[in-house]
Amino acid sequence: MDISDFEQLTPFEWRIPATGAMRVPVVIFADEALLRAMDDKVREQAANVATLPGIMDACYAMPDAHWGYGFPIGGVAAFDPEEGGVVSAGGVGFDISCGVRCLHTGVQTEAVKAIQERLANRLYHRIPAGVGSTGELRLLPQAMEAMLAGGARWAVGLGYGEVADLERIEEGGQMQGAEPARVSLHAKQRQQDEMGTLGSGNHYLEVQRVAEIYDEGIARVFGLTQDEVVVSIHCGSRGLGHQIGTEFLREMAVSAATHQIVLPDRELACAPIESEVGRHYLGAMRAAINCALANRQILTHLVREVFADVLPEARLSLLYDVSHNTCRVEKHQAGGRGRTVYVHRKGATRAFGPGHPDIPAALRDAGQPVFIGGSMGTSSYVLAGTERGMSLAYGSACHGAGRAMSRHEATRRWRGRDVVADLAAQGILIRSPSLRGVAEEAPGAYKDVGAVVDAADQAGLARKVAKLVPLICVKG
Amino acid sequence: MALTAIVVDPQRLHPSERVEFSCNAPDDELLLADWLNAVIYEMATRHFLFCRYRVALVNHSLTAQAWGEPVDLNRHHPVVEPKGATYTALVVRQETDGSWLAQCVVDV
Repeated sequence: MDISDFEQLTPFEWRIPATGAMRVPVVIFADEALLRAMDDKVREQAANVATLPGIMDACYAMPDAHWGYGFPIGGVAAFDPEEGGVVSAGGVGFDISCGVRCLHTGVQTEAVKAIQERLANRLYHRIPAGVGSTGELRLLPQAMEAMLAGGARWAVGLGYGEVADLERIEEGGQMQGAEPARVSLHAKQRQQDEMGTLGSGNHYLEVQRVAEIYDEGIARVFGLTQDEVVVSIHCGSRGLGHQIGTEFLREMAVSAATHQIVLPDRELACAPIESEVGRHYLGAMRAAINCALANRQILTHLVREVFADVLPEARLSLLYDVSHNTCRVEKHQAGGRGRTVYVHRKGATRAFGPGHPDIPAALRDAGQPVFIGGSMGTSSYVLAGTERGMSLAYGSACHGAGRAMSRHEATRRWRGRDVVADLAAQGILIRSPSLRGVAEEAPGAYKDVGAVVDAADQAGLARKVAKLVPLICVKG
Repeated sequence: MALTAIVVDPQRLHPSERVEFSCNAPDDELLLADWLNAVIYEMATRHFLFCRYRVALVNHSLTAQAWGEPVDLNRHHPVVEPKGATYTALVVRQETDGSWLAQCVVDV
């Protein structure tokens, strides 16, 4: 990316002033090397977002920002309904409420290594993953409505997991304001046998070792100890979220002119928050958030069943569950005063600072846990929200490494069989129904997640707490 | 056919069952996205792969028949799951040589 017209605010904060139709500037958090390596589309797409009605302060891009559909992935933007602000289906993304949850196991690495092969095989056979996989549940219409309204709380009510899990999930496991009636029949039909499935693409389930602790104090509050084994689950709202995104993107694109909205890119389709289509989208999107929370809750139950059988001394308790494709109503200092704004985070994680009332009481003093997923064979990271981050980008941080090349290019460079063998030699067991899928997700196809996390830490967006290294990876 | 080819080699499929489609849109580009999304919906809910299409276009309206078979995980080894047709790089236009370009990025 050409950065010649960027203003450098700090070593990790860069600004493109508002010009032309931009209502606000673009601010990108990254070190110079990450910024130069970003594709030009990030700049173009962030500048397009900056033209949308009612946007406050700036369009922000996280250190892992890369080309997305309309909004850049790693983009954060807040809109005020009192200023004519909009809600954008493209600003949330297709996989609504895709996110990561991390579970303690209470066991040490050596205990898992002793049964690593057996645990990998059992997880692979128990967790539905990959193309065409279906779950054990088949939701009839009444149960579908209850799931879309109840989220993880609904799943716990059916016996999937524990009541104690709920306080460790954003929104207490149940997004308020969900309107199942705004979710189309097509979206519901796509989901009826996909509950409790991992999906495909970059979604995964990993058994990981806590390889390094960077902040002993926060790690203690989070309950993370050196060489403890944790389990991370990365997935979202499956077919339902995609169908909702697809349908509302079309409706918003077609209706934009009637709301006097000029779209610089049809993929940025949006509608005024106070409009009928805007309200309907918010009701459907919140239902999709509940779908994702319920999905991760059911998967958690399946993982617990496997551990109970293979490693009965393990006790899987939830550290936290965060989503990174959402639009939420939040109170922030915006436009120079306190406002209620609609914060879009697409491929960006909420990262509230210490003391925020939305953080569970047991974790509140440390800041909200943030999970940054790596790729197979590379590290993942646990971070914590900071006070400074609240004023930088509405309490937001990055979400992953970001792809460095296309899936097609990855399959030209690597063979799935070789990737599996190389990682096995490093002590990482990969289980996947698709070797081509493994090649597409090869570690080398992603950017250096360590550099992304360091930039987020040094920019002040979130504080680095621990590094997680995979032992087992189940890929979709 | 490109939509099928990102999942599986279309030549490994049998056109044993037929599905009917119809779509309408304000313009040809949205019609392309609508058509692909209709196919993706049938692929997802029927667990199905298509290998042969017959399409008729009249004034931003499309009717089609598609043939294929249910996914057999052991025989087809599907690689990716198409999730939706996007509006990114969405183009439908007639080129100067008279040929047509229909282009769409599909999210997987």
